[in-house]
Amino acid sequence: MIVAEADRSFYDRVLQATPEGERLRLCLECGNCSGICPFGYLMAYPPSRMIAMLRADRFDKLLEADSIWMCVSCYACTAACPSKIPLTPGLMASIKEELVLAGNVPNELQNALTNSQRYGNPLGESPRKRADWANRIAPEVKIMGKFKQPVDVLWFVGDYASYHPRVQSTTRALARILNALGVDFGILGPDESSDGDSQRLAGEHGLFEMLADKNGKAFGKYKFNQIITTDPHAYNAIKNEYPKLGISYPIQHYTEFLAERLDQIKPMLKRESKAKVTYHDPCYLGRANGVFDPPRALIKAIPGVTLAEMLHNHTNSLCCGGGGGGMWLDGFQWEKAHVRLSEWRVREALDTKADILAVACPYETPRFEDAAKTVEGAAQLKVKDIAELLLEAMGI
Amino acid sequence: MTQDIYIVIEHLRGQVADISYIMLAAARELAQSAGGNVIAVLLGHNAKELAANFAADQVIYLDHPALADFTPDAYQKALADLIQKNQPRAVLFGSTSIGSDLASVLSIRLDLPLASSCRSFTKDGKFVSQICGGKIMAEGALPSPTALVTMIPGGYKSEEGKSTQPPTLTPAEVPALDALRVALKNYVEPQAGDVDIAKEPILISVGRGIQNKDNIALAEDLATALGGVVTGSRPVIDQAWLPSSRLVGKSGKHVKPKIYFTLGISGAPEHVEAITDSDTIIAINTDPKAPIFDIAKYGVEMDLFDLVEVLTEKVKQAK
Amino acid sequence: MNIVVLAKLVPDLVEELTIDANGNALDSSFARLIINEFDDHAIEQGILLKERGGGSVTIIAPDAEGADDVLFTAAAKGADRLIKIKGDFSNVNNHALARAFAKVVSGIKPDLVLTGVQAHNDLDGALGPLLAELLEMPYIGYVSAVSINGDKVLIKKEYPGGLLAEMDVQLPAILGIQAAEEPPRYVAVSKVRQAMKTSSIEEQDASNLDPCGGSAIGRMFQPEASSHATMITGSPDEVAEKLVGVFKELGIV
Repeated sequence: MIVAEADRSFYDRVLQATPEGERLRLCLECGNCSGICPFGYLMAYPPSRMIAMLRADRFDKLLEADSIWMCVSCYACTAACPSKIPLTPGLMASIKEELVLAGNVPNELQNALTNSQRYGNPLGESPRKRADWANRIAPEVKIMGKFKQPVDVLWFVGDYASYHPRVQSTTRALARILNALGVDFGILGPDESSDGDSQRLAGEHGLFEMLADKNGKAFGKYKFNQIITTDPHAYNAIKNEYPKLGISYPIQHYTEFLAERLDQIKPMLKRESKAKVTYHDPCYLGRANGVFDPPRALIKAIPGVTLAEMLHNHTNSLCCGGGGGGMWLDGFQWEKAHVRLSEWRVREALDTKADILAVACPYETPRFEDAAKTVEGAAQLKVKDIAELLLEAMGI
Repeated sequence: MTQDIYIVIEHLRGQVADISYIMLAAARELAQSAGGNVIAVLLGHNAKELAANFAADQVIYLDHPALADFTPDAYQKALADLIQKNQPRAVLFGSTSIGSDLASVLSIRLDLPLASSCRSFTKDGKFVSQICGGKIMAEGALPSPTALVTMIPGGYKSEEGKSTQPPTLTPAEVPALDALRVALKNYVEPQAGDVDIAKEPILISVGRGIQNKDNIALAEDLATALGGVVTGSRPVIDQAWLPSSRLVGKSGKHVKPKIYFTLGISGAPEHVEAITDSDTIIAINTDPKAPIFDIAKYGVEMDLFDLVEVLTEKVKQAK
Repeated sequence: MNIVVLAKLVPDLVEELTIDANGNALDSSFARLIINEFDDHAIEQGILLKERGGGSVTIIAPDAEGADDVLFTAAAKGADRLIKIKGDFSNVNNHALARAFAKVVSGIKPDLVLTGVQAHNDLDGALGPLLAELLEMPYIGYVSAVSINGDKVLIKKEYPGGLLAEMDVQLPAILGIQAAEEPPRYVAVSKVRQAMKTSSIEEQDASNLDPCGGSAIGRMFQPEASSHATMITGSPDEVAEKLVGVFKELGIV
């Protein structure tokens, strides 16, 4: 197999994006990736065929087809690959980057990227209002820039948890739980920028670096012992990507942090619930980072609750459709597919006869609630973040 | 030098633009504080019948073949000549595709002060402008000697600029309109095929509350009566009750109409983010707690099926 | 074809706006600035014309926080020359700005000048037509398509309701762009960074900032925002009647 000179630079880019990029050459063409890809059946070139086209020196064809924008960076292909090719962070992100550099970006995604450049968040909200969700919380949530004292835990709140009206109530729930546990915590507020992970996976690596750099500087200004985050994408970025840029801090997802404190939490969970709960593993918490048990432990700690697993669970969990820029490609993907991954997931939740679909990622509550509106028989299904379930059980 | 208020009438292919009547109404208020007359300035060719319903004390009519259709060059020349000769207290222009091409140019050419984006005048003759997307109002004394003003709608009702009494029409001399640098080639009609909802001024938007595809016709009727277009929120588009080109929302289009009239839309954030640039949102919903009421200017807590047909009839009667 | 595009920065409406201590101007120290969105379209249209028919594109921006970003972003899109006008432009009106631009633009001897049709903080007319008259060039605003045709440009001018007028304009001319033929393109951060390394910003001093021709503002204030809709009540008949009243007030029936 002769790799053309033009493709050499592409391999270099894949290598740059991931240390194991060269593994692309080990592809067996088994097709597992294309089979497991939730949108694979809609792509002119699903992952395995992308590699085949690359080998055939038809990279131009790949760029022409807009298959790549159906990729939601859910890591399913990467997890299924027997040759351990870094498909999601390497191949997919690099093809997207090629298109982003050429300015060939679907409109919605373009808006999110422009907003991220301009405001430090993809929603286009005022960075000055990043901590507004915390306005009525007592005791007061400490904003590091104002508080000017060290804290034990720095909470990296994230974009949607800070701004999205639905997710803000989850964010407030976690703040109340942390207060109830007596955790000494603070937030960056206006100093916090988007973690940049979804932008990176959508092909905007320069933007990711810019945002990471801003966050790195903000972290550097304050004293704290560890970071926790509400957002699995921020978790992935700070845990796995920021260290490559010289920004290294211990980080936990809030479910890990709380699960470590279950002994303290359990006596506080006074309200019994008869609910049947099913749990959706967020791609960037579960599949990409192996955090499966802490969220489940928290759910099971609620008295009376039974946990039911959906058909796709743990490593096989189905993507909500929001990752890797999917959050900003809804219209594009709807035009192409006329299906939504979130609806598929809601149907699986219904199959378990659960009352509650529990989530642990800020992308998911609005996406699943939205899907439940259109999926038949889903009107009674409640979508709740684990933080909300815990707070309800605490009765505070 | 007079205290008269001039209004530069805007018309396009035989139709007087609504802003002209709004300005006539505004001029009446301003003329009262200034102590002058309301004088409409009509530029056109064989167009004097357009003036029949102007609520003006006088109409100055400039008739010339080169003024038949709007072109910036010819209109600027004709108006510069008139303003210089008559020196009115103020000249009102629409803050529109026509008026904006005139006022700024004349401000420099005639060395006259200009106030733009004026929405209304105070009783003592100050102009009040609305800027920064409606977030800021700016008030100032009407500058002297002759104030050029561009006006936006919202402060006056167009019907107050209309009269059943035809005004006096005074032809005025038109200067030589030669050496024109701009020429109208032709008009291009809006493209057939679907409308661009991002550009439509009146949108009737339906949500899940519309219940089924057949009921879309109710919204269509209302839209036709109001001269608007029907759009929808996601569930409606998903059900294919409306084509996807009509989707308003996160995954559809962001719109900025003058009126966004919602029927059975609750106001999910994904929808709301796409409509915040609307001038006036009117919401009909059965749920008094629907978030749409937090951003709407007017709200009605009612079943849309009880209201829409009655409303459509009343709009037709009012036309 | 020597194309010049004017870009100004305006307060970003995403942030709360505040009035200064004198009560008659925006508090510029607190405002976050952003490129006037119509100027962004003017830049895009300039680049499109260059890509289609060759020539060079010069972007001129008055000095303000963020002006360098605007200029380098334009360079990353394909602009050839970047000029920043130095001076204190906080709270200057468009008449003064137009005079500052006039000196710089006339030195370039452009064939075509593009600028945004308006900005949301215009209080004394739009920049484009003011500049056009200072330079004695013809002006057309609300333009959404441009094609160059010898010593003329053929443009499409937008009227309400989707009607367009095609007009011929003699060059040199100034056009107020309502919308570029394509939405402004996205430029990757790495490309902007590249442009910062490879292109440079020329600085020219503003000659005079003469505000004559603007109108003095005595007072600025924020309209009272209603946080909840005014509820219209009554029988369906009464509600319909009241809604028609609202429609009339808004001038649509």
